[in-house]
Amino acid sequence: MKIVVLVKQVPDSGAERNLRSDDNTVDRGSANNVINEMDEYAIEEALSIQEKHGGEVVVLTMGPSGATESIRKALSMGPDSAVHVADDALHGSCAVATSKVLAAAIGQLDADLIICGAESTDGRVQVMPHMIAERLGIAALTGARKLTVDGSTLTIERQTEEGYEVVTASTPAVVSVWDTINEPRYPSFKGIMAAKKKPLETKSLADLGVDASEVGFDGATSTVVEHSKRPPRQAGNKVADSGDGGVQLVQYLSSEKFV
Amino acid sequence: MQRLNTLPADLVTSVNVHSHVERILPTDEAYALLELVREIADAELAPRVDDFEARGEFPRELLRTLGRVGLLGLPYPEEYGGGAQPYEVYLQVLEELARRWLAVAEAVSVHTLACYPVAGYGSDAQRKRFLPDMLGGELLGAYCLSEPAGGSDAAAMTTKAVRDGDEYVVTGTKAWITHAGQADFYNVFCRTGGPGAGGVSCLLADAATPGIEPQARERTMGLRSSPVAQIAFDGARVPADRLLSEENKGFRIAMSALDGGRLGIAACAVGLAQAAVDYAVAYAGEREQFGRPIAQFQGIGFMLADMATQVSAARALVLAAARLRDAGRPYGAEAAKAKLFATDAAMRVTTDAVQVLGGYGYVADHPVERYMREAKVLQIVEGTNQIQRLVISRALTRG
Ligand SMILES: Cc1cc2nc3c(=O)[nH]c(=O)nc-3n(C[C@H](O)[C@H](O)[C@H](O)COP(=O)(O)OP(=O)(O)OC[C@H]3O[C@@H](n4cnc5c(N)ncnc54)[C@H](O)[C@@H]3O)c2cc1C
Ligand SMILES: Cc1cc2nc3c(=O)[nH]c(=O)nc-3n(C[C@H](O)[C@H](O)[C@H](O)COP(=O)(O)OP(=O)(O)OC[C@H]3O[C@@H](n4cnc5c(N)ncnc54)[C@H](O)[C@@H]3O)c2cc1C
Repeated sequence: MKIVVLVKQVPDSGAERNLRSDDNTVDRGSANNVINEMDEYAIEEALSIQEKHGGEVVVLTMGPSGATESIRKALSMGPDSAVHVADDALHGSCAVATSKVLAAAIGQLDADLIICGAESTDGRVQVMPHMIAERLGIAALTGARKLTVDGSTLTIERQTEEGYEVVTASTPAVVSVWDTINEPRYPSFKGIMAAKKKPLETKSLADLGVDASEVGFDGATSTVVEHSKRPPRQAGNKVADSGDGGVQLVQYLSSEKFV
Repeated sequence: MQRLNTLPADLVTSVNVHSHVERILPTDEAYALLELVREIADAELAPRVDDFEARGEFPRELLRTLGRVGLLGLPYPEEYGGGAQPYEVYLQVLEELARRWLAVAEAVSVHTLACYPVAGYGSDAQRKRFLPDMLGGELLGAYCLSEPAGGSDAAAMTTKAVRDGDEYVVTGTKAWITHAGQADFYNVFCRTGGPGAGGVSCLLADAATPGIEPQARERTMGLRSSPVAQIAFDGARVPADRLLSEENKGFRIAMSALDGGRLGIAACAVGLAQAAVDYAVAYAGEREQFGRPIAQFQGIGFMLADMATQVSAARALVLAAARLRDAGRPYGAEAAKAKLFATDAAMRVTTDAVQVLGGYGYVADHPVERYMREAKVLQIVEGTNQIQRLVISRALTRG
């Protein structure tokens, strides 16, 4: 089984993040760039399937040249090789265009299974698996908290607010995963060493046969017009209890329509 | 309730501890290793240490995680599954672990010590057969030298092994064994010949061997998540092909293993002391008395300066001894000096850290009282600091 794992490099969600003032895109230059957290779960899932069923795991990333660092980190966990789609024309791509590029790259890899995170921590649109599956004409099993592989049959437990749904499809298919699905491994010391020598292929839009006008700002179906910082949090209300604290709390809750 | 009001709760949670040690490492891979270790220490060790220490539970699963990462065989050859790292790098890994959780660092150190007799003195066949599993990360080792009646005078041991066909029958009691009941294999030093050092052999015993019976755990002052107990050997039958080196040549193995082990303990001491300095510095920068941060009083500032200086000196001494070892030069006396100095420094520095925090240093809301309890054991294990002085003075007078 050949598994392609989609890995996106994003600004660390635990640190200060900004959009650029000139073109409203993510400011990757000033950020601490890391692997999108949910994608580490996707890598782990791919590796544990490989451990049980054999085959090959390929990391696929679309991103600027600095994303190589995250790709090496991903490889140090255990995947066999990586493809990095990098092209200056990609800057400013919308989700629709991103899915076109990723689908084209997957098309060249002959994958049986594509695994990705359920969402990225920067874009958070949660649409990539659906869009890619649509473009490739294959099934999308999204939001998995469990994935079972039985020959060419894939079964997931799709996490919902109330519980879960069981969804099946046959390969090839796209599966997106939540962080409830497993516990990602740490890279091993030997894995870090080995990652330096693993094949990493860089592809341009021309290599994928995608026209530059279909991506980037030119091809964007949506535009970020302006942005501003979230206002600082207001100080909360303090209720001093001088015998009527309970009443005051209830009054507050009902005035805010919580009760 | 009253007590809660007198504790500055915001201070307890807001002490913002920074640690940065400038390190010179020999290779890019060593830098990558240290970065990985710091990440794991912050994410896996730091959040758990208080809970495990309070409950006295050994973090066996965490050791497996470290094993999978490759930290349970760092200074051993790659061909047997080791990390092929010089001691200089391995010890700095221990230091980073000890900064977060001494018992875990000590566990790695003791395991590494327990692999040494096979790696250093086993036959080719024994190395091929045992080392890959021992270094592979799933197994944990222990080192059984001390006895109830003989710690410093290890050569007086009475646990005996008698050859019976293809087996040795081991009878006696070992004391103070770290990882007792948790280990998968034990290095057992036992008497096969006459009295003294010349009658001691080293066996590599499977923990599952019938007749190897770990006793009740000791109730220790600190390091409570690390299990320590006596082990009774009640006619345990150990296959004769598990004798390392030759009969009656085991004492040399014990001593040369301890030379390396002492460096491990010394590195643990440096990490522990570093943690104490980092915490005391952060606290003294935030705690105000008489209208200013206490760090601005010279009495505290100079104390912090002395603490930091002792840690730097200890680290330098440990690494100097390690580099001798890595270069294949004699290093036993230098290792003894490093162990003596670093563990004494850790005791002083952790005691001073408690003083810097005042009353808050004496309660479990802050980690420094734990550091102080933990430092003490480092002056005792793998040769008390009196025995280190004995080693050093003998080396001096031997000329
Ligand atoms: C603040 C902000 C606002 C945005 N607004 C819009 C908008 O309104 N409309 C719009 O079309 N686009 C928008 N984008 C851009 C869009 O998020 C990116 O095009 C992005 O690459 C695709 O969406 P996602 O990463 O959020 O995908 P998600 O669907 O959230 O990501 C799911 C998974 O897809 C995979 N994946 C996503 N991108 C890549 C990649 N480049 N390489 C490899 N794997 C990947 C990862 O495995 C990821 O976990 C915005 C981006 C930001 C940061
Ligand atoms: C938490 C813990 C874990 C341990 N783990 C292990 C382990 O895994 N394996 C193992 O084999 N052992 C282990 N030990 C045992 C440890 O190595 C011994 O406790 C140590 O060697 C001292 O031996 P002792 O306790 O018998 O003290 P003693 O030897 O009785 O010493 C008592 C005092 O006399 C001093 N003294 C002794 N001889 C001299 C001398 N010639 N000159 C000057 N002073 C002297 C000592 O320094 C000490 O202060 C552990 C001990 C502890 C507390």
